[in-house]
Amino acid sequence: MDIPYTVKPRPDTGLYNAKIGMWLFLASEVMLFGGLFSAYIFLRVGAPAGTWPHGWLNVTLGTINTVILALSAITTLLAWVALKLNQFPRYKVFHALTILLALTFLGIKSYEYRDKFLHFEVQLKDGRIADGHMVENKRDADHIVLHGHYVENRAELMDGHTKGKEHTELKIPRADIKRMQNYGPAHNNFLGIYFCLTILHALHILGGVLVIAYIWGPGSKMWFTDPERYTNRVEVSGLFWHFVDLVWIFLFPVLYLT
Amino acid sequence: MHATTQTMPHDPAHSAHHEAPGFWRSYIFSIDHKIIGIQYAITALAFLLFGFSLMAMMRWQIAHPGQSVPVVGPLLATLFGDVAAKGVMSADLYNTFGAMHGTIMVFLAVVPLLTGAFGNYLVPIQVGACDMAFPRLNMLSYQFYFVGGIIMFSSFFIPGGAAQSGWTSYPPLSLIVPTDGQTYWLLGMVFLITSSLLGSANIITTIIQLRAPGMTWLRLPFFTWAQFVASFLLLLAFPPLEAAGVMQLMDKVTGSSLFLPTGLAVGGKVAEVAGGGSPVLWQHLFWFLAHPEVYVLILPALGIVAEVIANNTRKPIWGYKSLVFASLALGFVSFIVWAHHMYLTGMGTTIATFFQTTTMIISIPSVIILTCLLISLWGGSIRFNTPMLFALAFLPMFGIGGLTGLPLGFSASDLHLHDTYYVIGHFHYVVAPGTIFGLFAGIYFWYPKLTGRFMNEFWGRVHFWGSLIFMNVVFMPMFAQGLAGMLRRMSDGGINYSKAQVGLEGALSPTIMELNHVILWGAVGLGLSQIPFILNLFWSIKHGEKIPNDNPWDATTLEWQTETPPYVYNFRREPIVYRGPYEYSVPGCDKDFLPQNQPDQPTSKP
Repeated sequence: MDIPYTVKPRPDTGLYNAKIGMWLFLASEVMLFGGLFSAYIFLRVGAPAGTWPHGWLNVTLGTINTVILALSAITTLLAWVALKLNQFPRYKVFHALTILLALTFLGIKSYEYRDKFLHFEVQLKDGRIADGHMVENKRDADHIVLHGHYVENRAELMDGHTKGKEHTELKIPRADIKRMQNYGPAHNNFLGIYFCLTILHALHILGGVLVIAYIWGPGSKMWFTDPERYTNRVEVSGLFWHFVDLVWIFLFPVLYLT
Repeated sequence: MHATTQTMPHDPAHSAHHEAPGFWRSYIFSIDHKIIGIQYAITALAFLLFGFSLMAMMRWQIAHPGQSVPVVGPLLATLFGDVAAKGVMSADLYNTFGAMHGTIMVFLAVVPLLTGAFGNYLVPIQVGACDMAFPRLNMLSYQFYFVGGIIMFSSFFIPGGAAQSGWTSYPPLSLIVPTDGQTYWLLGMVFLITSSLLGSANIITTIIQLRAPGMTWLRLPFFTWAQFVASFLLLLAFPPLEAAGVMQLMDKVTGSSLFLPTGLAVGGKVAEVAGGGSPVLWQHLFWFLAHPEVYVLILPALGIVAEVIANNTRKPIWGYKSLVFASLALGFVSFIVWAHHMYLTGMGTTIATFFQTTTMIISIPSVIILTCLLISLWGGSIRFNTPMLFALAFLPMFGIGGLTGLPLGFSASDLHLHDTYYVIGHFHYVVAPGTIFGLFAGIYFWYPKLTGRFMNEFWGRVHFWGSLIFMNVVFMPMFAQGLAGMLRRMSDGGINYSKAQVGLEGALSPTIMELNHVILWGAVGLGLSQIPFILNLFWSIKHGEKIPNDNPWDATTLEWQTETPPYVYNFRREPIVYRGPYEYSVPGCDKDFLPQNQPDQPTSKP
């Protein structure tokens, strides 16, 4: 006995099982990211005065990534349309594009993470702060080399839009360093929630691209045995993909533009 | 989801030629919802016993602080070493047991029993489906649950032991306790949340899509309705806790300070964290789940009780539609009451007023449901058997639990009662003699469907009366202790606190302290009362009284209209539903029940 409505929609609901399942899953995903966005608001509103940074992220890269995800949403839709029109080769092209765009997104995202992990704030014993990207940090050397600048006050670092001084190579003796920390999640709460939100989002992208790659690659044999069911799979994976894109549409302004 | 649909979509003969699957496919990696339901039941019952035994040891420590735990003391000393030296439970071990008792009971025992075991086994049959909508996800859901359980259980044996910060895991405490137990707890929770997500989406889809012909929404048995609402609560309320869990994991693993405030001092020194985080944020996200979770705990139990009461009063449930709409209302309102757990966070009177109002509003649908069940008894010719006894005892016990919640819902009285034993008494009345009695009723009621034999009636009654008496001996004194001001989570049962306060206002009287001994012996009696149940459960599989036919209770719902135990696809022919779920004692019929799949005029079949 086979489970009914796995492929054909049930007449009174107008939906097949997997579509309902996906919508329910997305409802719970809305609550997941809803919880995280609420946490973002809560943390930002409650942050002690002068501790919430602005302009720390690269808007250009963020914009490029936004465009990439928007394009991937279009190719996902066109892939499904191609199957509906019975044009399997066209489908293969569009879904390949989706996969490539998603991987590009993840590549750019990793580059942004790397940039943050190499960016250091070094508190010196004389009260000054050196801020910049690590050039040289050998364990046995008695100094580190930073490409950045000195500031007198930590507050000067809070606004990334106004880059004050020229960046130069700074050679700092280890003996002068009081505390050194990179711009990882532990640096402050903006970065904490930034990493939390974007890592979770990136994991969704990764999960989505694995599923789409399976459907596109080994799973595509089903097109020749059960095309309707295969088209449904593409549709449902597309629903998920559009949701992940939508989350980014919210993440981009909230994290990059404020 | 069958593999057959891919290869031979239009071969009706194919399904008849399935090779008999081997042991592993049939029992361990089964995709049959009935087997998965039984897997859930066995695992969750084991966790229920384990969670209870943690509590029993804690009750000894509370009544006799600093004395070696009898019977299991040497075992504790061997297993846990220093924290249980000479079999004495240290404060650290007490905290571990307390945190894990709550976690195990809620997330590994009661909810998996209600939705995983009962929901899985019964919902597809009650709606007349051949299986769940997504059988493989169903299997995956159990596996996630199992792995989550293993992670939680194994955390007892890591250096430093399991989580120690209560089942609520409030930061900053949960983040500064120097053990990896909290990390295990968070990982375990992520698995359990994923499991419940897959399970609830599956149950909802099954109810929406796989109802048999004629099974309209208002012909669904109330049990299925309760599962439907509870699944929506799990689906939508759990993700914010998952978000919070991921954030706490970030704090724990990457050293971020999302939940750690500025200027946090640990052990007299300012902690080396960035600060600026918010501990109250965790409480909001936690209770956003944990309050709806209360209704996840209670709704399916109400569903079980409704089925048992309708069947044993031999009359329709009074106010079936009121029950359905009241549970829907309960589901909606349960999302906007969470902060009544947080009056002490200093939220201000405006917000407190909002949450007090919603809390009072939510008592209305709860009372409607309980009243419907109570009125259903009126004028019935009640059959007293073990399931019915448990269902009947459920009503007043749940009533006590619900009514004692009202003083906690008002911020004025909650300020005094917050974090006292009164709270413990209140929610245990809802969950232990409430929900767990519902579960017992369900186990005795549906056992014949699974095994073809009744559970022993005499030992069932011994189990019932023992449980009923000792549940009250355990939980009733807690109200008195709480009103007197005894705080929860004190590993010495409040004796040191009380000594320090001698002669002052707020000191606990010897009578109040003496109640700790009463509760201890109540807990021992409660444990002993479960022995007949455990033996009965296994003994009756082979030796119980055989059922006379497939419908031994003369019930109306679809699970009783198929063979015993049900055929692998539940029904040989897809059932057609002609009537509502509770057509008992319909005037003018020769039998006192009309099954849902019985046509109006059985003589004029086309």
